Amino acid sequence: MALDDQAKRTFKVVGTRVGRPDGIDKVTGKAAYGADITAPGMLHGRILRSPHAHARIKSIDVSEAAKLAGVKAVVTGADLAIPDDEGFADIAINCLARDKVFYDGHAVAAVAATSKSIAKQAIRLIKVDYEILPHVTDVDAAMKPDAPAVQEGRALENVPAGMSQNVTTRCAFGHGDVDAGFAKADKIIERSFKTAATHQGYIEPQACLATLGSDGRGEVWCCTQGQYMVRANCAAVLGIEESQLRVISSEIGGGFGGKTSTFIEPVALALSRKSGKPVKMVMTRDEVLRATGPTISASMDIKIGMTNDGRITAARGELRYSGGAYPNETIEMGAQAAFAAYDLEAVETVGWNVMTNRPKEIPYRAPGAPTSIYAVESVVDELCQELGLDPLDVRLLNAARKGTLSAYGPTFNEIGLVATLEAAKAHPHYTAPLGPNQGRGLSCGFWFNFGGNTCVSLNINDDGTVGVVEGNPDIGGSRASISMMAAEELGVPYEKVRTVIADTSALGFNDITDGSRVTFAVGLATIEAARAAIREMCRRAAKIWGIDEDAVLWEDGAAVPAGPNAGTHPPMTLAEIAAVAGNTGGPIAGHHEVNADGAGVSFGVHLVDTEVDPETGATKILRYTVFQDAGKAVHPDYVEGQMQGGAVQGIGWALNEEYIYGEDGRLQNAGFLDYRIPVASDLPEIETVILEIPNPGHPYGVRGVGETPIVPPLAAISNAVSRAAGVRMCELPMSPPRLLKAMTG
Amino acid sequence: MKMIPVETTINGDQTEFLCNADESLLDVLRDRLGLTGAKEGCGTGDCGACSVMLNGRVVCSCLVLGVETQGAEVETIEGMADGETLHPLQRVFIEEAALQCGICTPGILIAAKSLLAKNPDPTDTEVRYWLAGNLCRCTGYDKIIKAVQKAAAEMRAA
Amino acid sequence: MRYVKPESYEAASALLAAEDGIARILTGGTDVLVMLKAEMVEPDLMVDLKHLPGMHDIAAEDGGFRIGAAVSSAELGEHAALKAMWPGVVEGAELIGSTQVQNRATIVGNLCTASPAADSVPGLVTANAVAWLHGPHGTRDVPVVEIPVSPGKTMLAKGEFITSIYLPARPVGASDAYLRFIPRTEMDIAVSSAAVSLELDAGGTITAARVAIGAVAPTVRLVADAGAAIVGTKLDDDAIAALIAATEAACSPITDKRGTIEFRTKTAGVLAKRAAHIAYSRAGGKT
Repeated sequence: MALDDQAKRTFKVVGTRVGRPDGIDKVTGKAAYGADITAPGMLHGRILRSPHAHARIKSIDVSEAAKLAGVKAVVTGADLAIPDDEGFADIAINCLARDKVFYDGHAVAAVAATSKSIAKQAIRLIKVDYEILPHVTDVDAAMKPDAPAVQEGRALENVPAGMSQNVTTRCAFGHGDVDAGFAKADKIIERSFKTAATHQGYIEPQACLATLGSDGRGEVWCCTQGQYMVRANCAAVLGIEESQLRVISSEIGGGFGGKTSTFIEPVALALSRKSGKPVKMVMTRDEVLRATGPTISASMDIKIGMTNDGRITAARGELRYSGGAYPNETIEMGAQAAFAAYDLEAVETVGWNVMTNRPKEIPYRAPGAPTSIYAVESVVDELCQELGLDPLDVRLLNAARKGTLSAYGPTFNEIGLVATLEAAKAHPHYTAPLGPNQGRGLSCGFWFNFGGNTCVSLNINDDGTVGVVEGNPDIGGSRASISMMAAEELGVPYEKVRTVIADTSALGFNDITDGSRVTFAVGLATIEAARAAIREMCRRAAKIWGIDEDAVLWEDGAAVPAGPNAGTHPPMTLAEIAAVAGNTGGPIAGHHEVNADGAGVSFGVHLVDTEVDPETGATKILRYTVFQDAGKAVHPDYVEGQMQGGAVQGIGWALNEEYIYGEDGRLQNAGFLDYRIPVASDLPEIETVILEIPNPGHPYGVRGVGETPIVPPLAAISNAVSRAAGVRMCELPMSPPRLLKAMTG
Repeated sequence: MKMIPVETTINGDQTEFLCNADESLLDVLRDRLGLTGAKEGCGTGDCGACSVMLNGRVVCSCLVLGVETQGAEVETIEGMADGETLHPLQRVFIEEAALQCGICTPGILIAAKSLLAKNPDPTDTEVRYWLAGNLCRCTGYDKIIKAVQKAAAEMRAA
Repeated sequence: MRYVKPESYEAASALLAAEDGIARILTGGTDVLVMLKAEMVEPDLMVDLKHLPGMHDIAAEDGGFRIGAAVSSAELGEHAALKAMWPGVVEGAELIGSTQVQNRATIVGNLCTASPAADSVPGLVTANAVAWLHGPHGTRDVPVVEIPVSPGKTMLAKGEFITSIYLPARPVGASDAYLRFIPRTEMDIAVSSAAVSLELDAGGTITAARVAIGAVAPTVRLVADAGAAIVGTKLDDDAIAALIAATEAACSPITDKRGTIEFRTKTAGVLAKRAAHIAYSRAGGKT
């Protein structure tokens, strides 16, 4: 579906800052999140988790737990099916371990009891006999051929023989003669980088309420980024049919990719099936950090050659990502994204996924891209420093633009990188003076943006209002944006439209809320659904007027005759047509189903000033500006909110957030006290500059905006800190002990 | 375990409940009284999502025992609006898009209200430090700080 | 768990002394409830003392102040006279946790948790603060510095608890300061910390100095050498260098998830230096 003629369109609703439909519920405490509902007779579920990084389960004795008064069901891995599909099988054994536990926090057994405290007592009565196995949590250590094998036989055919069993995937991208390119360079820098795993850090722990009968009919209420995904996963690992399982997504208290999988829902369903009662499960923060998705940890080598005037001649990257204890595809996105911002004659990126005794990686906002781009942008910055070149000029000189053959294969269409860089260069931030111990850094960022399977129904109500039914949980204000696009297309006020999120029984399949796809893909489907409804309304008007339906047009929310030959009928508004729909053919609705493509990639540039304390290694963020091509910004407040929120998550990643494992392979900081996400007092204002380069793949020019802003902060801050500290930092987070050590030698 | 009867005042209403000795005020509010506006983000006082007012001071309800509220005055997010009239902070949070997912919002509103009661004209830095115990992962705090300041200005002018 | 609000101090110590299981005292609750949640401790008895007489009082006494065991950090910060006399003690108390935590947390609780990183303890130690203990065999005064004996352990006998802390009077030209290092700006446990309390003569020369460091040894440590290094000086560069050297020499930290031995040692010296400058300036000294 192509971009409408932008020159002719003046938006009336899109681009304004309307109030959100879920606002009052969320400021008054009424909004119902995952943990906020109850069911009559419900039980409380709780999970027993492995204290070991790697162990064989010799036996599990649940008899004492089952005997405890108030305990109504106990389940172990044996209560879940292991589907043939490897992806579903991994989910099953991650929800409840089978013969081995793969990481500290891996679920082993679960109980359902009449109270939380009985459930807590009961899991302590479960006796698990473990045979402790050697473990490995570091990505480089796990790649060594003699490393303990987390799982065996999981390598794809593209992995060369003789490597560690933990290596599951190899991928490679690029074009051109890299060696010849390096030969043309005046300066080559090659550096190795490491980044720690970080967690999405949503404030709402996973929670669900599940019921499943012996007849295979069930319901799940849960906080998720995709109710259809929950249905598919649960149906597969419980051996039930999707049609019999209704999944309702609650309000979601943050996800950032972290709620794109299932951890507790299948367990709660298994407990419900066994006990015959509804089962509520709510994760603790400790469980969230130990057992749900952190992102990848990474080890990376980047080599870039540059001429004295700043032209990149060749670039090579080798990326080693650990996606935890399972095979994982995030490496592919990281390898593809690494050099996306550049127009390169010769580039090569090789990626490896490596299993470690860590939780299963779950996507975190632009999965794979922040780390690889951090490494690339650090080397580019160092080259600029070494050659005495302006880092923005060098990026402009080498920037990808329309027609560039990207480092991962496709040729770019309309993209906004150059405009974004120029906006950064023109901004007063770029030339503001710096004081002692201060440094300025910048970085480009990139994200692909997804489209995907999407299904929308749009109903014209008899009072002239509009209901939109869509199937993607609203994670950042999408109900408002979708209503805005429906209102825009139909020509009715925003207030006349209400968008609701369907449960799995109320609408066809939708991909999860991921890849910054919802405003783009659901918006696109909503506009098409509105157009279908408009076509029907024009037919109804034609019928009433007794003219040919081709002789009716839709203008400003009303059917009008198309020119003098169609007669002189006064316009019929949407409300007027709706009011008589029963006499003209029945209810009016539009719907649209699509596997949307044309999402349109997104680029951003972040500019940051930092000050380092040479005596303590502390870093202060002094000033921060985000520049991003958002395509058409449907609701500018929410676009800014995504840019600010992503930037601050990246600041946390750069400075303080990390998964810290002890020698024993156990996670040492499974709480918000020591898993340190940024607090309000850590931060300055986050200034935003939205650029609107229309995406040709969407009728209004919309692009996804949510993920790109987490990509640049890592390198922008590292570059600023490196310049302020006078020492090149190559490891994240740049925690004060690490920075002080680098500065003092 | 013997349950303990407690009489307290919640949002101005006399309230009686039974709870176990080791039950937190947060669990009492959510599980026994159906007041689910206070959220559990951590249970250890590190996130502020469960913030409520206890005898005029903002506290983490996860770090208060239910039994401690005997004779106390508790205010929760459910008591912040006056019927259909939102508190200025609540209204401005919607107007300024100071929330995304909204899970931290009740706690932040309670904490912000307590700040403005004590200091009606805070600096941005004072707002940021006062709210440092209220984690928000969506917004980067920028629009939250601006909304608090806008509401504060309105409240001063009123 | 039983929850009891005893009617008197005597009843409280009798109850605690008679308990065969695990007993805990509840005032602010900001540590004990975290331990409950984490299943680190499961008390059989929880004794709430907040309601007993004097527990919420900040009372002037012999030129100093007596602070009840249930006085919150926020209440300390709101007490202008106390804050003017012992700004370092108060700023330590006001760094404990968030706004929400400060409305509940107490310096006595902070002391009895016996964490080497407790933010209010270094200031109390340099202030020569004295804890008043109530036990089954009566009452006694114990200097704060002697209360913690190792991480998580105090010298309090079974049935004994602290009812108040006494901060002594100060002469003219005296002040104190507390600084800690944390990776963020709030919400962290101190990686290292230092408190400095100074008395100056009319000319600005330091006549008495006490320096205490936190999170760099099993307990908060009073560093006599560090204090001695700056007595008789106006914090000139040599004095500061000696202060840093003595502070670093007194550190015996561990490497853990929050910091390394080297980092803790180095920053403890830096913080002692900076706190000394602040205390000196607050006491009226001009550098």
